Amino acid sequence: MIEIDALVVGGGPAGICAASTLAEKGLEVWLVDENDQLGGQLVKQTHKFFGSKEHYAGVRGIDIPQKVDLCKVKVLSNTSVLGCYKDGVYTLIIEEKTYIKVKPKGAVIATGAQEKFLPFEGNDLPGVYGAGAVQTLMNKEGILPGKKVLMIGAGNIGLIVSYQLLQAGVEVVAVIEGADRIGGYWVHSAKVARASVPILTNHTILKAVGKSEVEGAVIAKLNSNWEVEPNSEQTFEVDTICLSVGLAPINDLLWQRGCQMQYVKELGGYVPSRNKFLKTSVDNIYVAGDVSGIEEASSAMVEGKVAGLALAMDIKGENFEMEIEQAFRSLKWLREGETALNLRKGLEKIGVIEC
Amino acid sequence: MLKTVGIAQKDDLIEVMPSLQRLKQGPVAIFECFQPIPCNPCENSCPKNAVVIGEDINNIPFVDHDKCNGCSKCVSVCPGLAVFLIDLSKDKGNVTLPYEFCPLPKKGEEVYGLDRSGKIVEICTVTNIRTAKSLNSTTLLSIETSKDKVNEIRFIKLKEENNER
Ligand SMILES: Cc1cc2nc3c(=O)[nH]c(=O)nc-3n(C[C@H](O)[C@H](O)[C@H](O)COP(=O)(O)OP(=O)(O)OC[C@H]3O[C@@H](n4cnc5c(N)ncnc54)[C@H](O)[C@@H]3O)c2cc1C
Ligand code: SF4
Ligand code: SF4
Repeated sequence: MIEIDALVVGGGPAGICAASTLAEKGLEVWLVDENDQLGGQLVKQTHKFFGSKEHYAGVRGIDIPQKVDLCKVKVLSNTSVLGCYKDGVYTLIIEEKTYIKVKPKGAVIATGAQEKFLPFEGNDLPGVYGAGAVQTLMNKEGILPGKKVLMIGAGNIGLIVSYQLLQAGVEVVAVIEGADRIGGYWVHSAKVARASVPILTNHTILKAVGKSEVEGAVIAKLNSNWEVEPNSEQTFEVDTICLSVGLAPINDLLWQRGCQMQYVKELGGYVPSRNKFLKTSVDNIYVAGDVSGIEEASSAMVEGKVAGLALAMDIKGENFEMEIEQAFRSLKWLREGETALNLRKGLEKIGVIEC
Repeated sequence: MLKTVGIAQKDDLIEVMPSLQRLKQGPVAIFECFQPIPCNPCENSCPKNAVVIGEDINNIPFVDHDKCNGCSKCVSVCPGLAVFLIDLSKDKGNVTLPYEFCPLPKKGEEVYGLDRSGKIVEICTVTNIRTAKSLNSTTLLSIETSKDKVNEIRFIKLKEENNER
């Protein structure tokens, strides 16, 4: 059994900021990620980020991880955290061969999110991908997913991945969206539109066509009650259907440890109850980033900082409230706009547990 | 319309257009950023303090076109690729746009000028290409257009797609 001060699970923006903060406060920190490279979702975000200077705005997502100081953190990549037990022990498997147990004084769980899927006929055909998979193939592995793509979902991810497909030389026949308005930022939709890609709101996919792989997609119009309008079907000849219909938190470790969980639709599904310092119902477990509610890398980084500072306060018994207050102000601005309306509703539902 | 098709319309654009008088004086930035989103690099990048967003980074950028000298810093920094330079001071119109595709056209090459929906408007000539490291992989392309098309053309397509594709 190895005893350390703090364990951070997940090396995305939330995890690296939490680990960097904890180390800066003089704690012995381990940062664990199952991938070979730190950054979580960032390793495939080739576009420039929004936000302000403190959130690395204008910097491309892929360049952000290198900007965070991790020199005092012990980084374990290719390492999965398998379990989290009542006695405070975490089990880790390194490089799929070495199994170890770690007992930290406290942990930040920043495991991020996974993509949601969509039920429709033929969705099991090769050629139906999640947008995240397309991004990993294309931007990380350098492999084109197909030649002609239909994108489902006009949120930021659907729009950005469409733009990145165009950059890679892939034809995007359309972006369709069930809702009556574009969910992503209009500046993103403008980028896609001026490259001749139509964005069709009030449209859904009915089925994927093809015998052994995707050869086409049938889409149709929806009325305001999300019912298919008769005779509105259209068929696109495509070899790839890309789904970008939302993310759900990866919360297995939190369930296992018995953290109190709440279903909050606006935050992506089951999220841990927590106080404003991101402490869960379990004494020494904090959360940060998409696992605590689907949001953005910019806010994930600030949450990582808050969780790191709060956990460092717990362990060291020192006061970092001034820094935490500053981070809260930054979060407030990130969550203030009209595009964050839904998110604010979700955060309100989750309330605050008294610490 | 913006909400449903993602393309700015005349009414949206009137609000952000520099005055005719200013347009005739030389290159000036036009900001096609219409939605409150948490973002402000344009404000920080402007050496002339022509762009104001303020403490709430969700505010829509306010641009003082009289202070703007068309230096293009905001064009390359904007993650939304929502800023363009337009110039009506010469015989022909000129548009500078952010471009993140390859292959790049060459100076002097003819390309299709596309409107905000990707439709071909006219054939334009590339007058300048800037790819400095400080531009963070966003190339600044300047193209010569008809004078009455500077407010229409916002993207380009190469006339002959390179075989390398
Ligand atoms: C296409 C796309 C575009 C985006 N664009 C933007 C943008 O422009 N601006 C912005 O702010 N945000 C953007 N985001 C959102 C942003 O990427 C996420 O909100 C952010 O990455 C969440 O950070 P995180 O640290 O919570 O999780 P993640 O980045 O998902 O990282 C979690 C990490 O934990 C690891 N992990 C999970 N479970 C375990 C385990 N048991 N053991 C070990 N490791 C584990 C995962 O492998 C992963 O590496 C975009 C997302 C996508 C998909
Ligand atoms: S072009 Fe230069 S001066 Fe004009 S708004 Fe942009 S940064 Fe400021
Ligand atoms: S940098 Fe671009 S997207 Fe961001 S506020 Fe300024 S104009 Fe809008």
